[in-house]
Amino acid sequence: MKALEGLKVVEAAAYAAGPVVGKHLVDQGATVVHIESRTRPDGFRTHYPPYKDNIHGLNRSGLFALCNSEKLGVTLNLKKGPGALALAKRIVSWADVMVENFSPGTIGRLGLGYEALKEVNPRLIMLSSSNLGQSGPHAHHPGFGSQLSSLAGFTNLTGYRDGSPQILYGPYIDYIAVGYGVVAVLAALEYREATGRGQHIDLAQYETGLQYLAPLLLDYTVNGNTATRDGNRHPEAAPHGAFPCAGDDNWCVLSVASDEQWRALCHTMDRPEWGGRDEYATAERRRKRADELETRIGEWTRQFEARELVEKLQAAGVPAGMINGMEQIYDDPQLVHRGQWTRMDHAEIGTMSYQRAPFTLSESDSGPDRPDPLLGEHNEYFYRELLGLSDEEFETFTSEGVID
Amino acid sequence: MTLRENGPLSPYRILDLTDELGFLCGKTLGDLGADVIKVERPGGDAARRIGPYLDGERDPEKSLYWFAFNNNKRGVTLNLEAAEGRELFMRLVEKADFILETFPPGYLEDIGLAHDVLRGVSPRLVQVSITPFGQTGPYSRYRATDIEIMAMSGCMSLTGDPGKPPLRVTFPQSYQWTGSYAAMAALVAHTQRRRTGRGEHVDVSAQACMLWGFSHAHTFWDLNRSVEKRAGSFMTGRTITGAKMRVFWPCKDGYLNFIIYGGEAGRKTNQALVEWMAEKGAAPAFLLERDWRTFNIERVTQEEIDVMEAPIAEFFTGVTKREFFEAVTGRGMLGYPVSTAQELLEDPQLAARGFWQEVEHPELDRSITYPGGFARFSEFSCGIRRRAPLIGEHNTEVYGEFGLDAGELARLENDGVI
Repeated sequence: MKALEGLKVVEAAAYAAGPVVGKHLVDQGATVVHIESRTRPDGFRTHYPPYKDNIHGLNRSGLFALCNSEKLGVTLNLKKGPGALALAKRIVSWADVMVENFSPGTIGRLGLGYEALKEVNPRLIMLSSSNLGQSGPHAHHPGFGSQLSSLAGFTNLTGYRDGSPQILYGPYIDYIAVGYGVVAVLAALEYREATGRGQHIDLAQYETGLQYLAPLLLDYTVNGNTATRDGNRHPEAAPHGAFPCAGDDNWCVLSVASDEQWRALCHTMDRPEWGGRDEYATAERRRKRADELETRIGEWTRQFEARELVEKLQAAGVPAGMINGMEQIYDDPQLVHRGQWTRMDHAEIGTMSYQRAPFTLSESDSGPDRPDPLLGEHNEYFYRELLGLSDEEFETFTSEGVID
Repeated sequence: MTLRENGPLSPYRILDLTDELGFLCGKTLGDLGADVIKVERPGGDAARRIGPYLDGERDPEKSLYWFAFNNNKRGVTLNLEAAEGRELFMRLVEKADFILETFPPGYLEDIGLAHDVLRGVSPRLVQVSITPFGQTGPYSRYRATDIEIMAMSGCMSLTGDPGKPPLRVTFPQSYQWTGSYAAMAALVAHTQRRRTGRGEHVDVSAQACMLWGFSHAHTFWDLNRSVEKRAGSFMTGRTITGAKMRVFWPCKDGYLNFIIYGGEAGRKTNQALVEWMAEKGAAPAFLLERDWRTFNIERVTQEEIDVMEAPIAEFFTGVTKREFFEAVTGRGMLGYPVSTAQELLEDPQLAARGFWQEVEHPELDRSITYPGGFARFSEFSCGIRRRAPLIGEHNTEVYGEFGLDAGELARLENDGVI
């Protein structure tokens, strides 16, 4: 049995920040309904590659697939007047949790703000995930997660000291918010179990990101220090970085946190005499000579295949790892061992590697057990079977274009 | 006291035996009210030696890293290597709802504290085991710090300049990803326990947590056998010509993040930028005359991009980050300044939302400004309730709750157990 079986979730959400919250809930057994409209499908279906075989198509998006596995896909055009509002409220009265990530204010203008919905379902837990939060002078600013990672200071910490900040792939900060969003929903569920009360959660992606940088924020508030980027270097450990391995653009990393590990590295490099050298004797001295040291280590590492070298260093007690490229992580032996990927057939994509949770539970199963839905795939099933619309109601909503 | 004031997890007790890989798990559950007891070895946790430090003093009671990620926890010392220490630990386990731990796989078994043993005294125990790669498997015994986790998850392959080594974020990220996702795992297991009455052993892999740190780059390989790679400070993959767009622009006091986008969002932003430049007399004729509705980002060539970017680059060098932030928020443009800690502390949005929290540190005779709760709940408070513990600060208080008297405590301290 899965841990969240019986939990009913509706998503009036698109892209990553909202739907991936639902993805984690559905993986653990919740029933999650992803609402879209044919007039405005989830942007991941329409605007973001990759598409299978580079052919655009509403049901060919790898990113939509990754973020929406096992969900029920239904259509509902929220802009279709009172009929749409009435149907949306019926869905909300069915649900335990609603996830939305419209820009702040939008859901209220559609008549689906928390104050209105709690009249319909006082036990509802509503998670609103946004860029900068639901309140404050800049609440309404539309932004992309990729750029929000700069506002929150992450790109300032990426790159070289004397160079430009560098990009973190994709909307890095969105997925930080996703983890906290799931925590928030489960905490609100716990509260509801004890009190019977639902609530509204205002999750600002910006504020969740800052949690990850808390020590540096304290360094400023306490010491007035402003942290900056410094490549792969470490304030204490040395050597610490990425080194070339045999082949084209293959790399490993290693990090030396103690003098014992330094001597172990020297032995592994067949340079035991370096372990005794004064100028390398302490981490501080090694940091001062980092350029020279990194060059020398690089001359050694490039003779080996990354995997072979990592095994050698690990056996000697030196932390080391290979830099997995995107073409390697599906075959990474450790991730494969954990069953990190589940390969399932999707009607238009064909075989797709769906991602599983980053944790396993000893007593509970987890998914995903089905691929992501085609646009509107579960309209009949959800509206009739789960929500209990009569044939007549279903047909009326369909002919009015509410279910589009 | 009520759940509204104390948080929904206030009825639950958590034993936190994590190092930096798991700090944020207990801290996050503490934000929600849990009674988190940090169990340190006598003399204090090794992670108290992680900087930065208050006033730069390398003192285990002055690590800001410790302050930031161990607030909301009480602190006790306990020597698990001693038989009597393990007996005492079992007494704690009996009355605990969660254990969080980051020991290397096999360590707890070796000292007689395997999950089955702990579940024996507490069948409803949720044990969250957090490691770089997981409890079993070919890499489970590998040693790893942040850079190894970032490398093996795939993250580093996507960061850095082409032709130079892949990069990590200079400040460790994987520990926080792992800690906060472990908090998710703990609550999933707890939700199941509420129904079944049975505990769980949760196995969290840092490498797997980090997979979400680069979202979907791997799907390009899965679907089309094309490999996403590091692109330094330029945006690629938006054109069929191979043209790349600048992302970071030097400005008067640092850098800005701005991209020439296509589509509807790009049209608005590009139009608004040109209007702003025109007001300052900095918009050349070819930009003023450009019809952004017909701008097709997919077909734009590198030469065209370079020509467009030159006057923009020139304009931005005369703009401060604050002016840029006011412009993007005021004019509905996309883009943000690249913030430093100082700018975050001065951001009016965070201030208006009351994000920052003053926390008293009586031992230092001062208060310190912290980032506040990770979310705003309409029904209960979420945030810092107490500062991080000093070494063994709550030995008397916590062990007292488990029925140890002052005499016993003194003896245990003498024997090096606590």
